[in-house]
Amino acid sequence: MSVLEKGLSEEEQLSKFMAKIEAGEKIEADDWMPEDYRTALIKLISMHGISEIMGALPEKEWVPKAPSLKRKLGIMAKVQDEMGHGQMLLRVTEDLLKPYGKTREDLMQDLFKGDLKFHNVFHMATKSWADAGMVGWLVDGAAIITQTNMLNASYGPYARALKRICSEEVFHAQHGEAIIMALTEGTVEQKLMIQECLNRWWDSLLMFFGPASKQTTGSSKQDITMKYRIRTKTNEELRQIFFTKYIPRILSLGLTIPDETIHFDQEKQEWIYQQPDWNEFKEIIKGNGPKSQERLDLRRTSYETNKWVRDALAK
Amino acid sequence: MTENDPINQDYQKAVIELLYQLADDDFIHAFRGSEWLGLAPHIEEDVAFSSISQDTMGHTAMFYRLLEELGEGSADHLAQGRSSIERKNCVLVELVNGPGNYMEKPRYDWAFAVVRNYFYTQAKAIKIQSLKNSSYKPLSDAAVKVKMELYFHLLHWKTWFTQLMTSTDEARKRMEEATERVFAELDGVFSQGSYRVKIVDFGLIEDETILRKLWIQELSPIFQSINLTMPESFGMKHGNGRDGEHTGDLEQAIQTLSEVYRLNPAAAW
Ligand SMILES: [Fe+2]
Ligand SMILES: [Fe+2]
Repeated sequence: MSVLEKGLSEEEQLSKFMAKIEAGEKIEADDWMPEDYRTALIKLISMHGISEIMGALPEKEWVPKAPSLKRKLGIMAKVQDEMGHGQMLLRVTEDLLKPYGKTREDLMQDLFKGDLKFHNVFHMATKSWADAGMVGWLVDGAAIITQTNMLNASYGPYARALKRICSEEVFHAQHGEAIIMALTEGTVEQKLMIQECLNRWWDSLLMFFGPASKQTTGSSKQDITMKYRIRTKTNEELRQIFFTKYIPRILSLGLTIPDETIHFDQEKQEWIYQQPDWNEFKEIIKGNGPKSQERLDLRRTSYETNKWVRDALAK
Repeated sequence: MTENDPINQDYQKAVIELLYQLADDDFIHAFRGSEWLGLAPHIEEDVAFSSISQDTMGHTAMFYRLLEELGEGSADHLAQGRSSIERKNCVLVELVNGPGNYMEKPRYDWAFAVVRNYFYTQAKAIKIQSLKNSSYKPLSDAAVKVKMELYFHLLHWKTWFTQLMTSTDEARKRMEEATERVFAELDGVFSQGSYRVKIVDFGLIEDETILRKLWIQELSPIFQSINLTMPESFGMKHGNGRDGEHTGDLEQAIQTLSEVYRLNPAAAW
């Protein structure tokens, strides 16, 4: 921050800031930024980071059980990447939290209290090996779409982290697709396993992109993130991209989409589909999903059990 | 020497026996490591530990593949399709990470994890060093590849070991208890089982007593630096895994790691 800038009024700083991001320039951690920009970033990136970490848990259930040496190696590498993404994003968040005197410890406490939310998909149960493939293929596939949408985010540290994350996510999607393809080309039981899995995951996948507008659930952070050039497309636009990309692939593998009404409307140039239950979405995000508390308990337990280690490291 | 030559057959048997020990050790060790995923003391450690477990699983795959090449069956079957009595891993690697299950209330013991990993990895590094001169060329080639990755693993666990040993009183107490538990099984890590004489005579690897001595030599200065005494002898409290003696922990591990595979061992996954 230059001496000159210090003499600027709040208003002047804000208009300079807006001019900067509108010109496509990046904001860095130590730059001046409006309060609501900082809080929106903290909310977004801490949620993204903690979702990577909580997202490792459903897949992790299948890591020790992966059915061949190749798959064991593949899923171990994949879940390690996710933890790495979480680590990277928490560091970006920590820098943003500095002016508030908050640290990672506070983030963990927020998670345990239920104040720091994580993505709806990671509140769901995984019931079979097919789920390990589904998380890689379609959950990561959906994540790639939302993250690509933010690759040019006005906040430099986040944009750079996303670049690295997206390049790894491509491998995850391939890893997931390979598992799915082995199942769709396999025995009758394996085919049933993957169809049952898709049926269970479909609504969660649609929910992943968030409600179309705040009228649906009462709140949406898409307005502010678009205003500040963190993202460019709306939730609904992203969901439509997901349909266009994946529906043909799902069908070509001989799978059925568990929504008889879904079709592409040529006139409107968009996919028409059955809305998932957005009230359920709200409940899930609040921590009332099928596995929300169990997964949080895993982290709580390990946090408690390892307290002596943290104490030892702090000494 | 022809294939039916009794010396050749004996040699092959000894190679196979040693390969099972190496493969089963790393496999179960990597499995226990993978159960820790997401539960380590902090996120940075989760990333590092899972990278190590992955490397170890990679070594496992290499050893099972050497067995596959010797006609023992497919690597995937060898890893997942064998019962606990057929397993040749040492007991130390099979013991559970702590109370609870990796999916439910895992009260895993980080002190035990650090000590087990450190002592095991040091023993593995010494074996690998010896295997570099193995008379069985595919094994000495594999040893060269494994050695490169072990340097980082060893450094990692050594750092944890000395750090936790020289911190709070509670950490010291937990670490000493864990050290005692690991020493009680450490002989099993070096054991070469009932094929020992052949394994050594054929020049596949040095004798277990030499390996054990090298291990003590390597760790004595570390022990001294943190005021810890090296015990006079180690143990094999729950039996010698090389001869098929195992605990219920191994049975539970095999049930878990083969759960999906067993749905249909003939299917492609
Ligand atoms: Fe990720
Ligand atoms: Fe991913």
